[in-house]
Amino acid sequence: MSTIALEGAAPPEQKSAPAGPSRRRLSPWQAWGLVLIAPYVLVFAVFVLYPVGYGLWLARHPASYVKLFDDPVFARTVVNTLVFLVIGINLKMLIALFLSGFFVRARPWIKWLSLLFILPWAVPSIPTILSLRFMLNPEWGIINTTIFRLTGADGPNWLNNPQLALGLAILVHIWKSLPFWTLILVAGRLAIPNEMYEAASVDGATGWQKFRFITWPSLQTLYLTSSILSMIWTLGDFNSVYLLTGGGPADQTHVLATLGLRYLRLDQVDLSMATVVCALPLVLPLVYFMMKRLSR
Amino acid sequence: MSTLTLKKASTEAKLLLIGIPVAIWTLLPIYHLTLFAISPRGQAVSGKLWPDRPTLDNFAVVFHQEHHYLGHFWLQLWNSVLIAVAAGAITLFVATAAAFAISRLRVKGGRTIMNLALFTYFIPAAFLAVPMYKTMGNYGLLNSQWALILAMVTIATPYAIWVLKQASDKLPIELDEAARIDGATPLQLFRLVYLPLMLPSMVAVGTYALLLAWNEYLYAFLLLSDDRSTTLGVALGSFLAADDSPWELLMATGLLYALPPAAIYYAFKRYMVGGLTAGAVKS
Repeated sequence: MSTIALEGAAPPEQKSAPAGPSRRRLSPWQAWGLVLIAPYVLVFAVFVLYPVGYGLWLARHPASYVKLFDDPVFARTVVNTLVFLVIGINLKMLIALFLSGFFVRARPWIKWLSLLFILPWAVPSIPTILSLRFMLNPEWGIINTTIFRLTGADGPNWLNNPQLALGLAILVHIWKSLPFWTLILVAGRLAIPNEMYEAASVDGATGWQKFRFITWPSLQTLYLTSSILSMIWTLGDFNSVYLLTGGGPADQTHVLATLGLRYLRLDQVDLSMATVVCALPLVLPLVYFMMKRLSR
Repeated sequence: MSTLTLKKASTEAKLLLIGIPVAIWTLLPIYHLTLFAISPRGQAVSGKLWPDRPTLDNFAVVFHQEHHYLGHFWLQLWNSVLIAVAAGAITLFVATAAAFAISRLRVKGGRTIMNLALFTYFIPAAFLAVPMYKTMGNYGLLNSQWALILAMVTIATPYAIWVLKQASDKLPIELDEAARIDGATPLQLFRLVYLPLMLPSMVAVGTYALLLAWNEYLYAFLLLSDDRSTTLGVALGSFLAADDSPWELLMATGLLYALPPAAIYYAFKRYMVGGLTAGAVKS
């Protein structure tokens, strides 16, 4: 908010402003403004507006939706997506909230650990997720060979069980995106004035009380916004599922982000687009919420 | 006194109790990746935690392109570099110009454009992939690297504009007024005042777009199918076509593919963390 307050010199941006003395010819400032914004407008028109319009046009037949709802894979996918969102986001954000409290501690070794901690987020998905996939291989993966060495029993066939495979995809998602959200919450915690904690210590507050009455009230807006934004991005998380399970076994672990590609492979583009349209009732309210948040 | 040190020691122990699992959780898949990459052929799958005879032979095979999955390793590495740099540069150009026009020149309709960009930012990229693929087909760009570069620019610019606009709004308006009174043209204001002040944010945004394009998998394999035009990431995915692929070569290549973004991230960390986390979620 401070960013807007700085611009007291500019007229307040009311929707009804453009009338008034601006009827004269285009000033060089406005002309240059149009020139400089044109590249983005072009990118938007050619690579956002047209594809979205074209996609909606491809998804215009009601018959596509009948076919989609008749496909048992679609129903399964919707359930998977909801499970992925509800469990994945809440688990991830709670761990991030907890770990942000750990990473704000001033210790040299924690600083070093935080540098390593960011790696899953900074490196590309494909090598690390494939590495995880190999770890889970039932015959020669390092997890099952270790289980065998320790107990003499065969480990589970991790990725061949739909529930287990989906759960592992959620864990992969958390592994990949936890560092980013922890970093965000660390930034949020660092913005809380230290004097508040010092004053609370003088008054003999316990650690939990400090969290309950100082940390949480300051962080809750950020926590909620982060959860919503994370929800939007998690809906679009293609890699965690596709690279770990490929949607299998038997198309039982698809989420909406990977289902579109499955239909594309089956040469059913209309179903692919209908899938995206079906996700809109979930996406648009979240987008609306975020837009309100960011452009207020 | 001794209760104080005892309490201190117990705090440190509790921190370690959190820190050690965090380190293991974070590094295990990366360690496993490295383990495969330095294991001799066929031995990575033995389940050992450290190979009997660690070797760099896998990297030699990769560098000499001695496997049919790796026939175009250097070309694909070059493609990845080219696409990432081009996407980063174009994003930077488009976003800086747009942010300047919206924030400093207050171009008419700028607010609407900003909102449209934000809206685009919030569409999950995977949902746009299939329409983007069909669109690139209509434009005749499939299998051209321009398709991937432009797709990455499309995905990266909204956020880039937003971060740059936030940073730009913080520059005092008096700067522009002084420049105008001195008779500066908009371009002079842009070049002499705006660009130097915006440099840290531009580094953050350029790096963001570069890493986004380098790390992209879904769009890359949709838009580029030819072995000679595709990126290293897609080449890694093609190992999965067979059940008995040389996994240690895949992991050696994967490690090489993962190193540049990690290095770039660490090199520009001080710009990235400030610029991106502050912009990601405004509280």
